[in-house]
Amino acid sequence: MRTYICKRLLIAGVTLLGMSLLLFVLMRLAPGNITDIIFESAGYVDEADRHKLEAELGIDRPLIVQYGRWLGDFVRGELGKSYRYDLPAWQVIKPRLPVTLELAVLAMGFAIALGVPFGVISAVQRGHAIDYALRVVSLAGLSMPSFWLAMIVILLLVRSMGWIPSMTYVSPFDNLWANLAQFLLPALAVGYRSSALIMRITRSTMLEVLREDYIRTAWAKGQRGRTVVWRHALKNASLPVVTLIGIEFAFLIGGLVVTETVFNLPGVARYLVDAIQFRDYPIVQNLAMLIAVVVVFANLTVDLLYTWLDPRIKFGA
Amino acid sequence: MATIPSIDLAIPEALPRRRGRSSGAWRFVRRNPLGAIGGLLVLLMIVAAIFADAFATHNPVRTSSRVLVAPGSEFWLGTDNLGRDLYSRVVHGARISLAVGLASTLLGALVGGLIGLVSGYAGGTTDLVTQRLMDIMQALPILVLALVLAAALGPSLTNTVIAISVVIAPRAARVVRASVLAIREFVYVESARALGVSHARVAWRHILPNTFGPFIVLVTAQLGGAILAEAALSFLGLGVPEPYPSWGRMLSIAAAEYAEKAPWLVIYPGLAISLAVFGTNLLGDALRDTLDPRLRGS
Repeated sequence: MRTYICKRLLIAGVTLLGMSLLLFVLMRLAPGNITDIIFESAGYVDEADRHKLEAELGIDRPLIVQYGRWLGDFVRGELGKSYRYDLPAWQVIKPRLPVTLELAVLAMGFAIALGVPFGVISAVQRGHAIDYALRVVSLAGLSMPSFWLAMIVILLLVRSMGWIPSMTYVSPFDNLWANLAQFLLPALAVGYRSSALIMRITRSTMLEVLREDYIRTAWAKGQRGRTVVWRHALKNASLPVVTLIGIEFAFLIGGLVVTETVFNLPGVARYLVDAIQFRDYPIVQNLAMLIAVVVVFANLTVDLLYTWLDPRIKFGA
Repeated sequence: MATIPSIDLAIPEALPRRRGRSSGAWRFVRRNPLGAIGGLLVLLMIVAAIFADAFATHNPVRTSSRVLVAPGSEFWLGTDNLGRDLYSRVVHGARISLAVGLASTLLGALVGGLIGLVSGYAGGTTDLVTQRLMDIMQALPILVLALVLAAALGPSLTNTVIAISVVIAPRAARVVRASVLAIREFVYVESARALGVSHARVAWRHILPNTFGPFIVLVTAQLGGAILAEAALSFLGLGVPEPYPSWGRMLSIAAAEYAEKAPWLVIYPGLAISLAVFGTNLLGDALRDTLDPRLRGS
């Protein structure tokens, strides 16, 4: 067990190291370095000033030194400075974390609450009208851009009720209901897509499990249908579902990028888009790295959860 | 759920069905009504993309003073904030979406597929290193990686294609590698080797053609994702630049100011994206069922 965990941790470390290298190179490829951008807004370029700034930022040093320094800073939690806000990046990111986290948790909650039961029903009613209907609904969820869905929902609300969710962020500690009202729609818009994926995987694994001998035995013993489906079958079908939920949770961030923009929520994902648009490259590099860390650890957690959920899995492989 | 649900416990059809006189295409339609609908939607999109000039009623990029006109007989889907005909823009948008979607999916799938072929066939250290590299590429959510790539490369049509294909490649590599690993163990591969056929030729002639089924499934599955990614990138202003009429960017203009005054600007481009992706998804599902019998019915 210990060697297994060590191995997994090592792989995670290697992945993140590779990611950091990739991001570093990509940000060096990006058009214009940070001094260009800072001086661009000032309107004039004084070469002496520029060199001074470059020296201050350390970008006149060899690339390998720059990379090493960035990595060291990142590991120590130093996320650099935002040129746009002229603040340490961490101060800008910190208040945004709860927003993204709340949105991600709510969206995932919706996704599981809708995806798992619908997937089970669809599998049990295979070939019936309800199965077709649920499959079409889930495919539609995978087909609609979440930001468009969000826009349509806002539009409908405005048209039918004249109500717009508050476009300025309300903290849950100030006003829980206003906060929830504000988060409900974006969470649904993002969660719909994930629920569609969860439903599909639940359906296909349930179909497999329902064919197993022990399910037939359970039926033969005269167990109630509900017990067979929801206790015996779902339990064994849950493994791929848990994997998907783990992976989806991390990948939800991708969906949040646009949704936070549409709903004007001051989250981390939106900050990434802002930073890209303002060419605040040090922030882009650090934020993307932060997201990679979250994704890799989510995957790691899923792998370890596996062994807990299914004791048959050996650690060797 | 009080009643006992009926469960399909029937023995899977053991006997091959007698082939009727109906052609393969018709059988596909009859067995996969949803897939046929998907195919129709995809066909519609392809036709719109190819014959956009014939279908369009106006020039999609020419501005006019008649801004934000509601849908009517002259402008079927209304006009946007610059007085451009939305219907013509949506039709031409099919061309951009399909071009970017197809180009990035094919590029990503081909490059990824080759990587997967080499990785799976060579095995050993090559495989290990390649797989770790693919892990790295997949450590970021699709859209985040595409965003960072698009930002690094700068917004242009080509760069959008590159950014999306880079995201697709590792997924293609995974799929092709998995099937290569299985095919490699078949006896006919061993006999080809025993006959003195070179590794390169075995991989190319004997293994690669057999990964075609999963490959096609992958391409159709990724096409929808690629169209969505293009829409999202363009929506954020990092994808296809002006003057190309991209569905995603049409929405970003609409979202900014005109959603309430001109809801058609929100509705139609988004509907076009959704229908296009819905079509590819339906078709992809049906193709998976047909070409990958192991997954049939799942």
